[in-house]
Amino acid sequence: MSVVGVEGEERDDFTRGESRQMRARSLRLLGSLVRPVRARVILTMFVIVLSTALQVAGPALIAYGIDTGLPALLDENDWMPIGLIVGAYLLTGISGAAFIALYQVMSARLSQAILLDLRKRVFLHTQRLSLEFHESYTSGRIIARQTSDLDSIRELLDSGLNQLVSGMLYMSFTAAALVLLDPTSGLVLAVSLVPLLLLTRWFQVRSQKLFRYTRVASARLIVHFVETMTGIRAVKAFRKEPRNAVQFGDHVEEYRHANARVIRLFGIFDPGLVLIGNVTVAAVLVVGGFRIVEGSLAVGALLGILLYTRRFFDPAEEMAMFYNSYQGAAAALEKISGVLEETPSVADPTTPIDLWKARGTVHFDRVRFQYAQDEVVLPDLELEIPAGQTIALVGTTGAGKSTLAKLIARFYDPTSGAVTLDGVDLRKLHPKDLRRAIVMVTQEAYLFSGTVADNIALGNPQATRDQIVDAAKAVGAHEFIESLPHGYDTDVNKRGGRVSAGQRQLISFARAFLADPVVLILDEATASLDIPSERLVQQALNTLLSDRTAVIIAHRLSTVAIADRVLVMEHGRIVEDGTPAELIAGTGKFAQLHAAWRDSLV
Amino acid sequence: MSTTTPAPPRLNTMRAIARIYPYAKPAMKWIYAGMGAALAAGVVTLIIPIVLQGLVDGPLRTGDASQIWPAGLLVLALGFLEAVFIMLRRWFVLTPGTHIEARMRNGLYAQLQDLPVAFHDRWQSGQLLSRAVSDLNLIRRWLSFGFVLLIVNTVTILIGFAVLLSWSLWLGLLFLAMSIPLWVYGYLFEKKYSVIARRAQDQQGDLATAVEESVHGIRVLKAFGRGKHSLLKFADQAELLRGTEIEKAKAIAGIWFWLVLIPDVAFALCLLGGVALAAAGELSVGELFAFFATATVLRFPIESIGFLLSMTFDARTATDRFFEVMDEVNTITDPESPRELRKPTGRLTFEKVEFRYQDAAPDLPGTLDGIDLTLEPGETMALVGITGSGKTTLTALATRLYDVTGGRILLDDVDIRDLTREELRRHVAMAFEDATLFSASVRDNVLLGRPDLTESDDLAAAREAERVLTEAIEIAQAGFTYDLPNGLETLVGEEGLSLSGGQRQRLALARAVAADPAVLVLDDPLSALDVDTEALVEAALRRVLAKTTGLIVAHRPSTVQMADRVALLQEGRITDVGTHSELLQRNEHYRYVISSLEDEELAAEERAERDLRLAEEQGRRQDAIDRESRVIDQDGEGIR
Repeated sequence: MSVVGVEGEERDDFTRGESRQMRARSLRLLGSLVRPVRARVILTMFVIVLSTALQVAGPALIAYGIDTGLPALLDENDWMPIGLIVGAYLLTGISGAAFIALYQVMSARLSQAILLDLRKRVFLHTQRLSLEFHESYTSGRIIARQTSDLDSIRELLDSGLNQLVSGMLYMSFTAAALVLLDPTSGLVLAVSLVPLLLLTRWFQVRSQKLFRYTRVASARLIVHFVETMTGIRAVKAFRKEPRNAVQFGDHVEEYRHANARVIRLFGIFDPGLVLIGNVTVAAVLVVGGFRIVEGSLAVGALLGILLYTRRFFDPAEEMAMFYNSYQGAAAALEKISGVLEETPSVADPTTPIDLWKARGTVHFDRVRFQYAQDEVVLPDLELEIPAGQTIALVGTTGAGKSTLAKLIARFYDPTSGAVTLDGVDLRKLHPKDLRRAIVMVTQEAYLFSGTVADNIALGNPQATRDQIVDAAKAVGAHEFIESLPHGYDTDVNKRGGRVSAGQRQLISFARAFLADPVVLILDEATASLDIPSERLVQQALNTLLSDRTAVIIAHRLSTVAIADRVLVMEHGRIVEDGTPAELIAGTGKFAQLHAAWRDSLV
Repeated sequence: MSTTTPAPPRLNTMRAIARIYPYAKPAMKWIYAGMGAALAAGVVTLIIPIVLQGLVDGPLRTGDASQIWPAGLLVLALGFLEAVFIMLRRWFVLTPGTHIEARMRNGLYAQLQDLPVAFHDRWQSGQLLSRAVSDLNLIRRWLSFGFVLLIVNTVTILIGFAVLLSWSLWLGLLFLAMSIPLWVYGYLFEKKYSVIARRAQDQQGDLATAVEESVHGIRVLKAFGRGKHSLLKFADQAELLRGTEIEKAKAIAGIWFWLVLIPDVAFALCLLGGVALAAAGELSVGELFAFFATATVLRFPIESIGFLLSMTFDARTATDRFFEVMDEVNTITDPESPRELRKPTGRLTFEKVEFRYQDAAPDLPGTLDGIDLTLEPGETMALVGITGSGKTTLTALATRLYDVTGGRILLDDVDIRDLTREELRRHVAMAFEDATLFSASVRDNVLLGRPDLTESDDLAAAREAERVLTEAIEIAQAGFTYDLPNGLETLVGEEGLSLSGGQRQRLALARAVAADPAVLVLDDPLSALDVDTEALVEAALRRVLAKTTGLIVAHRPSTVQMADRVALLQEGRITDVGTHSELLQRNEHYRYVISSLEDEELAAEERAERDLRLAEEQGRRQDAIDRESRVIDQDGEGIR
């Protein structure tokens, strides 16, 4: 079995082979991220090694000072040795501090470079992936990949890896210094490693599980909280408060309990480390003490040994935490590499054809379309839309209207057959020309944070303010925009900038108008407008659509009236095709719909 | 955030944090016990060097090997005690600390659920979430860790210095003098660092927003081919964040530099001084030995002070943010002595109702400016008006999601402010245009307004629940729910299956219907439905509305037709009330709002066509034949 892309992300029962495959994928990604900065990685490693060596020198110098400097001063009144030792101490202190500072900055630069690279890659790839992918892989998940998953990788790079590398170096240098100072004590320290490793391993295994519990519990808590706050109107209207309080109380207790278990774990691990350290110190003291009495060890050396032994255990706790951040980051990396492995099903052409000036003839050449493994949406569609014609698509939900529209906008590619613009297959058309020529406006008029003007300018980033205002005037949005607190400069996300669904739609019309495409697709674009707004838009549509190809999908038949030609669709086929007047006069589906609608008017 | 309210006089840090005392009170004795344990641990570690001094100056100098074991065992015992005290400290504060956090979290949640919608309009859920999670987390960690260690480490340092000074006045003073810049720098660093860290956090938030928008708006970005454009914007923001993160690293590098440098320099100078003093005979080797052992023990408490202080300031900020919400006064509360409506008939009366939003400009007229309207029991009233005329606001007033700022609303002649909110909302149910579903099964979502049925163990109640559920789903044309993967048990909402806007709307409608209220308030509940479904829903709704008082916000003539009467809302006032056809006839603004020009033109066209067809009745059969042949032609074209 093999796992490709984001598939199996929610599973946790991978076979050995699958796990290996996913790890390999993560490693490949990691490798490709590190390769461009490998020279800096080596330099940074060099700095941290140097810095740690310098920091570890201290206790040895104290030992040396007491054992050599003091007798020299006592016996010969010679300040030279102690002076040299103190000088060396100052030098190692200053340079060790300077190097550790340097290392901090260098490693931050390194991890930030890697993160920036990864951020951009995921962002770009997300944008490149087709809508089909986005429709199955929910927005929440793709956002999590780019926020919380990247955060756990950042945490690993920033602190986890840092702690591991510097902690490991510190411990090994301290051990080395101890062995150099007194091999016998080194032996004692080596014995103490056994309980240390056992305790740490125990902690890792337990904490991994408990940390997972806290993450799950906090996620539940957060989802419930956010859902309550965003749906507060419904909560109040349906008197959900007392029931909510009980549920939330359960989540809080669960989270509290999970947290308490983690803290309790630390309550054993932390004193455990202290105990191992203290026992080792006592052992070193006894072993050292006997040898001083024997005369085989100097008092200063014993001090150095004790200081080293005590310091040796300092980074242990932080290092034990590394495993947790590593676990989190590894899982994140697996998921991110999965997303990056997805190939866009609507890929950019390798040798694009330019189409500088499109006329707007759209042709469906025996187009068949089906979603992956699903039933066929369009079995075999043959349709020619002459340049400049306005077409209305009518039919029940699921008849394939939106699919047809999305094929023209190349949100999807046909399963077989081809959609062409002026005879050029959309799959071969340069993306820039495609997007300039064809624009689609949907019912969900999304506004980005920024001003109203920014949002309209998305249709054409080069547009001047006058052009933006003209576009707004053309679709009848100018008046309401002017009435906003700061007119065109009103921030749409700020509280004063409340815009209704209808107003959002008008802004998105202005955006499309500014883009000035030769083919315009309106997918239920007028559904959320109230009648006065719709009237404004329809007046605008008459001029907006006159000189371009247009495809309109509308449930409201009033919008259909402005079309040159109406297509009635059923089960992916076109069952009626004619001018509105022709079809109304007939006995078909459209005539029935029209009659029903007319009855509802008065 | 509420930037408009004037900042209350700033309390000092201790006073500000002391406000959590009521929550912490039951746990305080444990926190003090933890302090005691921590202090004991500190003292024990300081005793070890004294033992060492005795050992070095005694047996080791005289060569008395018999004394080594007892000294070693003493050190071992002290080391063991230290571990025990550390464990006790953690175990004392552990559970009580998490209980404080849980208590505060539940308190915050209760307050937020109680606060009116107007409050939630001002606050983004993200802002509230960070208070409920990270701020309370920080307060807990400060109470059980930061607060304890700040006090204990300060005491330990004081004792430690006393010990150092007792070894040697000059060395002690030297070490003390060297520590002072560390505290000063530590304090300054934390101030500087928190500014940068805050900026990094903000930029990270901005970046997350950019990501969210690029995903939610992906259709727009794709439709206009603006992927590159948004990448550039994103890259700029990411670059900005990188700059801040590196600045942050530089600040950290700065504190590391001093943290490593100062103790090393202090040790080096003390070594020089110590050796000199020892040479002069003013200090024994054992004392020098013990001095360094003690100084090593004190290194961590000294270094930690800066960090603990900053944690204290953070905890203060977190406390302030917590109380910012807790201090908010709820303006929509239950009356002292509520009245009770056993079985309301459903007469809803608006009397000179005025409403203005808190943040509205004072020179503008209110959103609602004197509404007088009566809905008779069982009557259905449609509310019509252009966007921004106040329709949604008016519906929200009926359930006290907002309170009127003038006039009053009566349900069966009782001011709705004299009822408990619970009772009012039991009698008046709502369906909103933007339908919110909760992470629960379809069943639970639909029966949300019927805790009387769902919370009961009674078999009859369960049967009734089933009946209500089936009926509501049928009325709202939400039969699609039976075809979901787990039928009515399918989880929907944030954590569950995502439904289309039309499906969500139908479920929200089913929920309002299932609540079986005396008054049903529907805020444009059919806007996302297609024509066919809309017609079916309307037909079914008529049955419900026949026996229920209804207030329906309507944009379409078809919706209006469900109503007995229509109220026209214009600039915050009801300017006309009557039947649909009456208003169509007499009110120009009504015609403007409810029927589009094209409709009228088309209708005229239709009439002309109909006349024409009547005249051609004779040749009608022939026409039909013609038409058929045309269809066949077209089919032929299609096949070709």
